[in-house]
Amino acid sequence: MAKLTMREAISQGLWEEMERDPRVFILGEEVGVWGGTYAVTKGFYDHFGAERVRDTPIAEAAIIGGAIGAALSGARPVAELMTINFAFAAMDQIVNQAAKLHYMFNGQMILPLVIRAVGGGGRQLGATHSQTPDAVFAHFPGLKVVAPGTPADAKGLLKSAIRSDDPVLFLEHATLYQSRGEVPEGEHLVPIGRSAVQRPGRDVTLVTYSKMLEVSQRAAAELAKDGVEVEIVDLRTLRPLDMGPVLDSFRKTNRAVIVEEGWRSYGVGAEIAARIYEEAFDYVDAPIRRVAQKEVPLPYNRSLEQMALPQEQDIIQAVREVL
Amino acid sequence: MADIVIMPKLGFDMAEGTLVRWVRQVGENVAKGEVLAEIETDKATVEVESVFSGVVRQQLVQAGTSVPIGSPIAVIGTADEVIDLARIAASSSGGAPVVRAASAAAPAPQTPAAVVAGPAFGGRSSASPLARRLAGEAGLDLAKVRGTGAGGRITRKDVEAARRAPVARPAAGAGPSAWLPPLPFTPGPAGEEVRVPRTRLRQAIGRRMTEAKQQVPHFYVTHEYRMEALMAVRAQANAYLAEAEKLSVNDFLVKAVALCLRQFPNLNASLAGEAVVQHAEVNVGVAVAVEGGLLTVVTREADRKALRLLARETGEMVARAREGKVRSADVEGSTFTVSNLGMFEVEDFIAIINPPEAAILAVGSVREAAVAEGGVVKSGWRMKATLSADHRVTDGAEAARFLQALAQYIENPAGLLL
Repeated sequence: MAKLTMREAISQGLWEEMERDPRVFILGEEVGVWGGTYAVTKGFYDHFGAERVRDTPIAEAAIIGGAIGAALSGARPVAELMTINFAFAAMDQIVNQAAKLHYMFNGQMILPLVIRAVGGGGRQLGATHSQTPDAVFAHFPGLKVVAPGTPADAKGLLKSAIRSDDPVLFLEHATLYQSRGEVPEGEHLVPIGRSAVQRPGRDVTLVTYSKMLEVSQRAAAELAKDGVEVEIVDLRTLRPLDMGPVLDSFRKTNRAVIVEEGWRSYGVGAEIAARIYEEAFDYVDAPIRRVAQKEVPLPYNRSLEQMALPQEQDIIQAVREVL
Repeated sequence: MADIVIMPKLGFDMAEGTLVRWVRQVGENVAKGEVLAEIETDKATVEVESVFSGVVRQQLVQAGTSVPIGSPIAVIGTADEVIDLARIAASSSGGAPVVRAASAAAPAPQTPAAVVAGPAFGGRSSASPLARRLAGEAGLDLAKVRGTGAGGRITRKDVEAARRAPVARPAAGAGPSAWLPPLPFTPGPAGEEVRVPRTRLRQAIGRRMTEAKQQVPHFYVTHEYRMEALMAVRAQANAYLAEAEKLSVNDFLVKAVALCLRQFPNLNASLAGEAVVQHAEVNVGVAVAVEGGLLTVVTREADRKALRLLARETGEMVARAREGKVRSADVEGSTFTVSNLGMFEVEDFIAIINPPEAAILAVGSVREAAVAEGGVVKSGWRMKATLSADHRVTDGAEAARFLQALAQYIENPAGLLL
């Protein structure tokens, strides 16, 4: 298996799908001539041409609105938002149009639309450009929300997203592009809506996804030195949410810590914890703990920013609290 | 304001209960959780705990009387308040008392709780839901278990420790273990030879099975099933059901077999001369061990019945069979039989076909096993089933395909709930 960076894996998945299906095209800010803010689409413009790799104005509502129109007309657009923070400028298009058209018009049309967006903190981009609002989007029925934590999942899920007839929000983490992992050669698809155990263990179930998978893996390795075996379940998709592996794991360990990068209140951890309490109450042996971002707008100052984001030590401490 | 205690509903089919004995008399104090009375249903005698604290002001039902569920049986209030029944009834929906199994036919063995030295653990004990469940299953009193979790919470570890702790023995010399028969000191002289006359049922079974084994060319095919999904779905489904209504693994299997037989009409068949009669209905027989032999009760049109209904009907028929009150309709007309020895820790076995049926399925225990999947050995739940089939009607390939198709139903159990 090839060891690829997350950037290469996403780029490869996108490239393969554009080669496979002429209806697939890209639009977004600086995706063409410049090759993408995070260099994911470098080389695409020269290979696929201006028709299929379209630079747009700085107007997110227009990007998503245009992509919706294209999807309704038979194309399969992959719209890139430079950051998820700019999705708020396109919120009506995303949650009122994309998420609801299929439903409101009784399934008369499909909406094969992928929105790639970069999220997450840790790059000192300030409070308005560093958010992790994944839970906000996962709140809306009609939208699939995918957030891979490994290069293999990123490639496989992106390819599935492009082939999906439903609108998919594909969340990439700004600090994961350089992370490396093995990616299977050839046709590699990962189904949307499937959680997966990324590290087996018997003592505590650690539920996480995206960037926090990486941090959790480090925490788990540290805990293993003391004989604590953490089982990590990677959600990979936030909607539709697959609780199966989480519940299977919890029924074994009876303890859970949920790690998310976003804020705790009304967050992913709240949802997962509630579902565990609802569906596995008689297996609960300790209160479920959540590790999440401090409830402040993310500071710009590097030290403060790191203090506000969940760290390896926070996870280790939470695991020790539930043991 | 006084409260009314009503006759509780203890089972799906319970319509009324008999108040056997008042444990608390009028004028006596009763605290929430204390036993108020004993009632008897057609299944067992149970103790009724009060859901209110106060003074028993009125007993509305005399001991020995049978009343419908939901009827008021007592009034609990303060010592001096004026009891106006009509007014209370209008404002109270009535508290169904909490019940717990008491002196049923055989009293449940008193599991001695692990006694922990130290301070009294009064008040509400803080215990995890898992610990509560495990303690309940082990018959442990949580008030006597010391919690070592955060803030003194009782966790699984504490319950397990309490279970391992030496138990207080009853004063009278109990044996080494309640469930092992006493070991004779020395082997005594051989006993007398005993001749036991065969019951009519035993004779009938003997006749039919001899006939089947001599005349039907049996062949056998075994398949192993992955049971994780079914066990999980069963646990989920049973969480919604009262004790009396809980679904057994066999209920799921009967339903799965019935649906599968729809795909294999040739196995839901009988030999009739030169023809094979493929039956219109799928009537699944379930072999039931009874006093002095074996009966097969028949769930008619099992493929078309909701699992809950199927389970209830089967349960009722099994109960009647065991009580010797079986009805002719209960045991006639089966088109296929399931024989399940799973409850006896049987890995697998083979059954003799019940003529004129074409096949019978012998089901072993669901057991934890080391399984290899994708190059990794892990623990899983497996069950073996062996189909005995009549070679005049079918062949090994069809039998094997049937068992394979059955896996689709057993291993994707959500379909069985529809």
